Amino acid sequence: MSNILKNEREVVIPGEALAEGMDYLPGDNTYREGDKIFSKVLGLVGVAGRVMKITPLSGPYLPTTGDKIIAKVFDITMSGWRFKTNTAYSAMMNVKDASSRFIKRDEDLSKILAIGDYAVVTITKVTSQNLIDLTMKEPGLHQVSGGRLVKINSQKVPRIIGKQGSMISLIKDKTGCNITVGQNGIVWIKGDSDKELLAEKAVKMIEARSHEEGLTSKMEKFLTGGAQ
Amino acid sequence: MAYTERIDGRKFDELRPMEAKAGVIPNADGSALVKAGKTTAYAAVYGPRELFPRFKQNPKTGIVRCHYGMMPFSGSGERIRPGNSRRSQEIAMVMEKSLNAMIDLSAFPNAVVDIYVDLPQTDAGTRCAAISAASIALADAGIPMKDMISSVAVGEVDGTVVADLSYDEEAYDAIVSDIPVAMTHNTKEITLLQMDGEISKENLMKALEMAKVGTETVYELQMKALKDKFSRSD
Amino acid sequence: MISNKETISVLAKEGKRLDGRGLLDYRQPIQLETGISWTAEGSAKVQIGETVVMAGVKLSLEKPYNDTPDQGGIMINAELLPLSSPEYESGPPGIKAIELARVTDRGIREAKAIDMKKLCVTPGEKAWFVIIDIVTINDAGNLFDAASLAALTALKAAKFPEVDPETGAINYKKKTDQGLPLLKEPLAVTVYKINGQLLVDPTTQEEHAYDARLTVASDDKGTISAMQKGGEMPLTIEEVGKMVDIALDKAKFLRTEVEKVVN
Repeated sequence: MSNILKNEREVVIPGEALAEGMDYLPGDNTYREGDKIFSKVLGLVGVAGRVMKITPLSGPYLPTTGDKIIAKVFDITMSGWRFKTNTAYSAMMNVKDASSRFIKRDEDLSKILAIGDYAVVTITKVTSQNLIDLTMKEPGLHQVSGGRLVKINSQKVPRIIGKQGSMISLIKDKTGCNITVGQNGIVWIKGDSDKELLAEKAVKMIEARSHEEGLTSKMEKFLTGGAQ
Repeated sequence: MAYTERIDGRKFDELRPMEAKAGVIPNADGSALVKAGKTTAYAAVYGPRELFPRFKQNPKTGIVRCHYGMMPFSGSGERIRPGNSRRSQEIAMVMEKSLNAMIDLSAFPNAVVDIYVDLPQTDAGTRCAAISAASIALADAGIPMKDMISSVAVGEVDGTVVADLSYDEEAYDAIVSDIPVAMTHNTKEITLLQMDGEISKENLMKALEMAKVGTETVYELQMKALKDKFSRSD
Repeated sequence: MISNKETISVLAKEGKRLDGRGLLDYRQPIQLETGISWTAEGSAKVQIGETVVMAGVKLSLEKPYNDTPDQGGIMINAELLPLSSPEYESGPPGIKAIELARVTDRGIREAKAIDMKKLCVTPGEKAWFVIIDIVTINDAGNLFDAASLAALTALKAAKFPEVDPETGAINYKKKTDQGLPLLKEPLAVTVYKINGQLLVDPTTQEEHAYDARLTVASDDKGTISAMQKGGEMPLTIEEVGKMVDIALDKAKFLRTEVEKVVN
């Protein structure tokens, strides 16, 4: 007899039993032992048909091909730049992936991106050892300048963006700021400094309250009320 | 059985008043504060992050590194000179082994998860409080674990099997044995077991049964500490 | 990982900060607590914004130094615990911890805050030695001010342990109700200069974006007992004067916070 032991969106800790019986399947962040499925992380229960999964409430970012992230240059080599990515893994960007214009052989790479600069980039490849290749050639990818960078937990990124971008659009509208959200948990906010602060507070609030229902309307209230 | 009443009046299987809180150190990826009687432990988890020196990196999985320290003013007598004593190193090592049994870092090759535990005040049961706090901090950091690890010390004082010995009981002027134990929740398997003193096999088995119940009490507190972070909704 | 150095500098010129505070505002909450360690003879926990620091006082009876046979001694130690920040590693104190310890130490020692002669038990043989250990729990910036607050609060809260009159052994588990002979109550305030503007209570990011800083320890009469300049850029005499004024003013404010928990 199969049974679900937890409700949808319930908060569970590692090792808590989610379902028993072979009818259910272990999805993301869960594992099966015997005929029971258990959680592997602190997170929210999700049931999709017969699959039990957990949406983590915290946790490290796993570099994924195709993700847009914000990274920081820490080294320049003969062939390109090396970046810190807010993970345990550094990333490389080859000269040929930096720009669609032709970069001459003896060009000073630090004029394009210097050590300490941040850039919005896309992950093009992740090896089995989690070494990362980046590109800055696509539209929307470029160096970060001005505004402020804010660090949040990467697991909260989907909530900050919202369904079809609804949450991030709300923040952009109400604050008039340009906002770029890196999948690695780094957010770039640029606008009037007062509005930047409001947007930063909104992002931090979503991060803290991501488990709550009706967050979008709560954030609307917060942003419309302005900020002191 | 000459020890008929505990020094602080507790029942034999009763743990000291305990408190646990998660997310107390904002800079850390995960953190916790655990109080067991007058022993207090802060735990912080940083990682997975880059591991140096490189030769320690494991290409198949991330590794765990535990650090345990008593603050200079945390000993019940004189000041403790700062630095890594042999005792701290051994406690860090058994902590690591205890927690590692449940941690899964296969998705983070070459990386390290650092666990730091520091104590501002102590009254026995320090490694137990440390492990319980580290377990909460790991969950708080979103580190994948098969189960929580909960820890309590059991033992025997002058013939009586007791749970969660205080310093005065450890130092009691009679035959005493002190047995720190850590257990998983689901299968009640032991991941930490140490002992010093004297005890019969019969009393040892009784003590371990008491540990089974005692670690459950700790587990309930650990769960509450983690879930309380998310109970707010208005 | 995040620095925001340029934006901090640009905002500072306009008298603004990333978190919207005024240049001379401390973060909230400011919370002080004593008695956080039953094993210490005196202890305190200080929170300024997200920065949390603890201090513990341990007392012991030692032979006085040869050149001061009728006095006790004091030493202040600081540890930047790795649990308080991703920047710190296990191991012996680095230069940041050493500077923190020595600056806090000078502020208290040079103020002659403790009556060293009253710490003497038997001249040439036995005197009380006071060791204050400061540890960081969460470093979100401004450790200098937090450490000074914690050290002073712990000193004020400290009580002598009982001493067996026959054996002379200290019974650490029993405290008397006698406190330390404090003559003065020095507090350090650090003023930072960023892009020509002066501010207090920096966050970690502001600490990575400053030009110069000046730590000033003063007592409740406004007498300066210690100073330390830090940072790569120079200060004019006028700037030093302004920074001292700010430090004296802010010390007064912080002192009221100390009064809330120890008298």
